[in-house]
Amino acid sequence: MTVNEHTQIPLSHGSACATCPAAHLQRVGIDTSNADYVVALAGNPNTGKSTVFNALTGLRQHTGNWPGKTVTRMEGMFRYGDKAYKLVDLPGTYSLLATSEDEEVARDFILFGQPHVTVVVVDATRLERNLNLALQVLEITDRAVVCLNLMDEARRHGLDIDHRRLARELGVPVVPTAARQGEGIMDLVATIADVAASRYARHPHRLLLKDPHLVRAVSDLASDLQKMYPGLPNARWVALRLMDNDPRMVEAVRSGELADLIAAQSGQMGGPGALELASA
Amino acid sequence: MSEQNPAVDDLLKRAQGYHEQIGDFNDALVEGLYEDAARIADHVVAQGTHARKTFDETLDRILTSRTWGFPIMIALLGLVLWVTITGANVPSGLLADLLLGVVYTWLHQLFAAISAPWWITGFLVDGVYMATAWVISVMLPPMAIFFPLFTLLEDFGYLPRVAFNLDRVFAKAGAHGKQALTMTMGFGCNAAGVIATRVIDSPRERLIAIITNNFSLCNGRWPTQILIATIFIGALVPPALSGTASMLAVLGVAVLGVTLSFGVSWGLSKTLLKGEASSFYLELPPYRPPRILQTLYTSVIDRTLIVLWRAVVMAAPAGAILWTLSNITVGDANIAAHVVNALDPIGWFIGLNGVILLAYVLAIPANEIVIPTVLMLTLMVGGTAAGQPGVMVEFDTARQTAEVLVGIGGWTLLTGINLMLFSLMHNPCSTTILTIYQETKSLKWTVVATVLPILMGIATTTAITWIARALRLV
Amino acid sequence: MSQSAPGAPRTFPLSELKPGAGAVVARIEFEGLQRRRLLDLGIVPGTAIRAELDSPMGDPRAYLVRGALIALRNAQAARIVMTEETD
Repeated sequence: MTVNEHTQIPLSHGSACATCPAAHLQRVGIDTSNADYVVALAGNPNTGKSTVFNALTGLRQHTGNWPGKTVTRMEGMFRYGDKAYKLVDLPGTYSLLATSEDEEVARDFILFGQPHVTVVVVDATRLERNLNLALQVLEITDRAVVCLNLMDEARRHGLDIDHRRLARELGVPVVPTAARQGEGIMDLVATIADVAASRYARHPHRLLLKDPHLVRAVSDLASDLQKMYPGLPNARWVALRLMDNDPRMVEAVRSGELADLIAAQSGQMGGPGALELASA
Repeated sequence: MSEQNPAVDDLLKRAQGYHEQIGDFNDALVEGLYEDAARIADHVVAQGTHARKTFDETLDRILTSRTWGFPIMIALLGLVLWVTITGANVPSGLLADLLLGVVYTWLHQLFAAISAPWWITGFLVDGVYMATAWVISVMLPPMAIFFPLFTLLEDFGYLPRVAFNLDRVFAKAGAHGKQALTMTMGFGCNAAGVIATRVIDSPRERLIAIITNNFSLCNGRWPTQILIATIFIGALVPPALSGTASMLAVLGVAVLGVTLSFGVSWGLSKTLLKGEASSFYLELPPYRPPRILQTLYTSVIDRTLIVLWRAVVMAAPAGAILWTLSNITVGDANIAAHVVNALDPIGWFIGLNGVILLAYVLAIPANEIVIPTVLMLTLMVGGTAAGQPGVMVEFDTARQTAEVLVGIGGWTLLTGINLMLFSLMHNPCSTTILTIYQETKSLKWTVVATVLPILMGIATTTAITWIARALRLV
Repeated sequence: MSQSAPGAPRTFPLSELKPGAGAVVARIEFEGLQRRRLLDLGIVPGTAIRAELDSPMGDPRAYLVRGALIALRNAQAARIVMTEETD
């Protein structure tokens, strides 16, 4: 039953593309491995993530208003400028902490799959609830973009969101979109490109831990991790996972996989090897 | 790669130590996250986000109310089914006229013009093409109506409310409320229903939903049900009432299917799939205005492609095989006739006949070709010239079909009833079987899902047959 | 399951929250995966929850949690202990 999943159906651009450099953006609905950059797409269920995915890649993926599962791993591609971007749709999850398969898939990909950019899709009408995931993502990676989706719904509900302030608070770019109408998609693409090419200064928000024992434990482990793996961007996250007895993380540290990842990451594009780790 | 690095070991040991010392800090972590989130949202959003829109509130109150919740649900789903059945009538007829009439004749002329040998023409046109064309004309219109409608309901946000309303009933049967959705989807296509079970987290409950999905009467089986009901049930009452009677009979079979779903779910949860009721978390999303044109467009294209795929990949080979079996003579009859005769005793025993059994074997790829296969086999075994040109024979009226089945095939009311029940309770079509395997990755459960319904079907028809015989009703 | 020790705030299970009424989460009597699931949904001690909808058969019920409508079976909601809102 895979006939419909790779059909190329162009979606409407909406009014935004009348003046945008749409000529540069081609949507390729085929899965190839000649990508310059890999982009992960994360977000709570029911945030219009699939719509964003479709808008970026032109792939056919059903976008129901149903907070359940979509296909576990959808991949697509889009081009911008002279670069090709491979977009990987992660399962919709409320969090990256609980030990369910979806959450493991998502967090393992963001950490071990080494995407160049992680886009977190957030429902503008339910910001408080959705930020939970965004904040967790920011603990794992600093190469992130927040896609503030469903802006049309927000307007309908009379909500006014200061996305610039949000960007300041989170320390990463925030792009307001209404993916259903194609609104903001070009901005999103441009921002993804910027972050991928590291043109954006990033100082991501870090979680405030309150329990003093926890704080001490985390700094102890994190500083050692920093010493052992210089260049590790998320030592605190790794420390937290180790303390939580996350088997995948323990294994990665013990087997030296983490060391390899750091080596591959510094200055590199995160080649196919990194992707294979996450495709298990 | 796996050096025994003492520094690493020390680190891991300390982490373990902290883990034991501090215990589960997850609570604190999540609380901290939500506090942060709330603080940021506070600074960033100009209006309180916690109020629900009045429209949403009012609509929800109605759709989940004690008095209106269930009736509205049944009415809506019934409406979707009704629109699909009646709406598909005219397009199916048109497609049949075109593909099975005009194009078919034209193809014969073309092949004759190039002096193709009879067996090439037969194989390609009467076998492969006819089966493909039949599936397209029978399946395309209902699928292109049912799924877009269903998708609109889904986009709007109504479907989670259905699961919400029905969860208690399913919980009592040992299943999950979201099974309501997969069952409903199964009325369009069982393979789609199986895929839809992804929304059920618990593997145990997901398996129950997958195995019982077959009891939802899919689009491909309605034509069989409607036709047989019209011929055999409708004939029992005065002509003025026959339409109503046959529709009620089909409805009865569909309701029986739903009942069986619950019953088998309950049975499975007590035997093969014992386990605890899983925790139930369901988010009821806000209602969103569906983008009607966009959804219709993409959904229709989706389903069209799927039907075409099914016609070419599943039905075409079935047609080829049927033609071949009917045109290779061994001894004094063709192979198909031999097989039918061999199966007749078994058929008689379970209340069907050899023709039906062979037809169901050949129709494993696609339920919708059962009736034309039955007709063709009946004609051929009964030795009538009318069956010659095409493998898949299509008759204009139920009356003509009745003449063939009753007159030539010797069918009785018992046969008709048994066929309707067997159509409900038999193995899933090959597309569904494949999908079940893809989704479960388990040979064992795929076999269970395939074999359980057919065992139930055979048991049912056999029981009815022998009771009827014992009571001297037949 | 309601307790009224003198001086202590009254607690009761979420499943008993009257339709339309609001309360605050005191504690969650689940452990492990189920606990984390609830936390992830935003049901954290200190969160305000309002009972929004009852399904026709009374079970499950839907609760308004941080702007989202979450349906829970009564057996689960019974183990989420609430206390009165204090403003």
